[in-house]
Amino acid sequence: MKRIIALVLVSVTLAIALCGCGGDKTEGGSSKITIGIPQDLEDSLDPHEAVAAGTKEILFNIFEGLLKADSNGNLIPAVAKSYSVSEDALTYTFTLREDVKFHNGNTVTADDVVYSILRNADDGSGNALISAFLNIDSVNVEGSDIVITLKAPDPDFIQYMTLAIIPKDQSDTATNPIGTGPYKYVSRSPQENIVLKRFDEYWGEKAYIEDVTLKICANADTIVMDLKGGSVDFFARITTAQALQLEGSNFEILEGTMNLVQAMYLNNAVEPFDDERVRQALSYAVDPDEIIELSFDGKGTKIGSSMFPAFKKYYIPETADVYNVNIEKAKELLAEAGYADGFSFDITVPSNYQPHIDTAQVIVEQLKKIGVTANIKLIEWDSWLSDVYSGRDFEATVIGVDASTMTARAMLERFVSDSSKNFINFSDPEYDELINKALNTYDDEEQTKLYKEAEWILTNKAANVYIQDLAQLVAINKNYTGYEFYPIYVLDIAKIKPAN
Amino acid sequence: MDKTKKLKFIIGLSITGLIVLMTLVGIIKTPYDPCAMDGAAKLAGISLKHPFGCDQFGRDILSRVLVGVRETMLISACVVFIGVFFGTIIGTVTGYFGGWLDEILMRLNDAVLAFPSVLLALVVIGLYGSGRYQLIAALGIAFIPSFARIVRGEVLKIRNLDYIQAVRLYGASHLRIIAVHILPNLKTVLLSSIIIGFNNAVLAEAGMSYLGMGVAPPAPSLGRMLSEAQAYIFSNPLTAIFPGIVIVIMILGFSLLGDTIKKN
Repeated sequence: MKRIIALVLVSVTLAIALCGCGGDKTEGGSSKITIGIPQDLEDSLDPHEAVAAGTKEILFNIFEGLLKADSNGNLIPAVAKSYSVSEDALTYTFTLREDVKFHNGNTVTADDVVYSILRNADDGSGNALISAFLNIDSVNVEGSDIVITLKAPDPDFIQYMTLAIIPKDQSDTATNPIGTGPYKYVSRSPQENIVLKRFDEYWGEKAYIEDVTLKICANADTIVMDLKGGSVDFFARITTAQALQLEGSNFEILEGTMNLVQAMYLNNAVEPFDDERVRQALSYAVDPDEIIELSFDGKGTKIGSSMFPAFKKYYIPETADVYNVNIEKAKELLAEAGYADGFSFDITVPSNYQPHIDTAQVIVEQLKKIGVTANIKLIEWDSWLSDVYSGRDFEATVIGVDASTMTARAMLERFVSDSSKNFINFSDPEYDELINKALNTYDDEEQTKLYKEAEWILTNKAANVYIQDLAQLVAINKNYTGYEFYPIYVLDIAKIKPAN
Repeated sequence: MDKTKKLKFIIGLSITGLIVLMTLVGIIKTPYDPCAMDGAAKLAGISLKHPFGCDQFGRDILSRVLVGVRETMLISACVVFIGVFFGTIIGTVTGYFGGWLDEILMRLNDAVLAFPSVLLALVVIGLYGSGRYQLIAALGIAFIPSFARIVRGEVLKIRNLDYIQAVRLYGASHLRIIAVHILPNLKTVLLSSIIIGFNNAVLAEAGMSYLGMGVAPPAPSLGRMLSEAQAYIFSNPLTAIFPGIVIVIMILGFSLLGDTIKKN
């Protein structure tokens, strides 16, 4: 008798368990999506403090500025419903929308906007989180309008108005972000996932999918398995090899560009990279075309300075041809610099970015030809942020640098000698002067010219070994559609919708 | 030794011999530079030039397998050496002297034993970065407890034997008793556990490298090759098949050898 009861119990439990499985599957297609991301949002959830491109692309969904970028690279009104610029280009007047709510239910007031802007402006010591904001003379509220007065005209200023608006009385933004975007933050389990939920009181077109789980897939090798197994529905950056594996499966592969500058960034302050000739020698030895061919199946755009092709206005295609492979020349330069017998150095690469690891592998081979030994050192992403980026304790690293706003400044200002973002310790008085001049030039054409000159300096001084703007391959489950590429590093989840 | 056993022994020995030969070849000379890339030979199939084909960077898989075997063998040898060396010391001391030292060391031993070795290795690599030496250290530590246990058990048995008592009555020092009368008798037990340990070390190294925690790229190791091949397993299975087969053969050889030695 006992045996029979036990048997019945077991089969009932089993049946329930199996039902559970089945139920999960049918629900999957409706109003939730699991998006794989390559790293945890380690740096900060505070939109003003976040530094990693991977963090900012997610925060794009939670926060908005007075204006926001659309998928064509234009600025469209967000928290502000309209704005006007005075004739002398010194006064910007923004009219707030009345119905914009924060995720905590409070309505966005002019005070919140002023707080958010001032938080990034001059802190009294002449420093600012956003250096363009040092130019702000005053921020005033006039009725429902925000009036920003500048000290001097700045054609790029409007681009910075995508700055995230946060509630003024909130102190824990870094762990509990509250914004006005189409998605609100629910929770984060370190190294596991981040959960977002559709914000139903969003002022604009609401998101299609209600529940979003951002699953951290730090191990690049398991991404295909996660995708095929159904635990991840979407991954914004897969490699060509991974795309090949997904052929014939339930995934669509979309192709765009990543809009970042992939390079072997060199610490210009350490030997032997403090010698321009050594950096140039490496640039002559490294062949981006071969890297693109070997590691990326020919997908990618070779670049030669800290600017990517999507920034048509500033991009100089010719910079890519300055260091066409020339082993003899590279050896000569090394000999001149006193390294005729070569030298050895470490390339630090974050282990969660397979494309950068693959690139580094090819670089190691290419450098052997000029007698330089490079060793790949893989580290975790959070160590990369703390040691390489913040601590500047590295010799070389392969990584992609993106632009936070649609301005040349976003790409170029970081290489000014005393910039806090100048992690490669690039130092060139002429460059500093050019950027400084560009920042203080209000004629658009003249400013563009100065920025282009600055790009040439980065190229000629071989600040880094520039490689490419990576092709972006997006894997999206055929149950979903609507993904849009942006000219900046952004993952707009609100546009993704169920396919039926 | 009966016939099947003898056959097993011979097969095991010849496979192990083959692996050792591959290791030697890997040390001396490979057909190609294992890291040299060739765009034209990208994912090339089997040919006279490349008997095992080429991987996604156009690197010769045969050369990489040879060097990979060398890498795996050297790491495994170091790991087993660390395990045996410290394991024997701990096992002998605790087994021979007993008392509170035995209690403390053995409880520590149990703690390490209870800890999954992959986790332990993760901790070491998290702290000191990934690489060949960190991997050796991590796996070496993880291998100590099992050897310590085996040796301790054996020493416990031997130390109460009559001849040891006799030597003790002669007034021999502890050191002499351990070195001259106990250690040599551990030989057989150690030999078979070394071979089994070697087996485990090969698997552990392959596993850790597969997870990206072993030797740094572009240097080949069998586990890393498998891990890199994963992306091509359906489109170009060659990249995974050869390193996979070699791992299987290695394990098979050592298992057969270990089995036959143990039973004698």
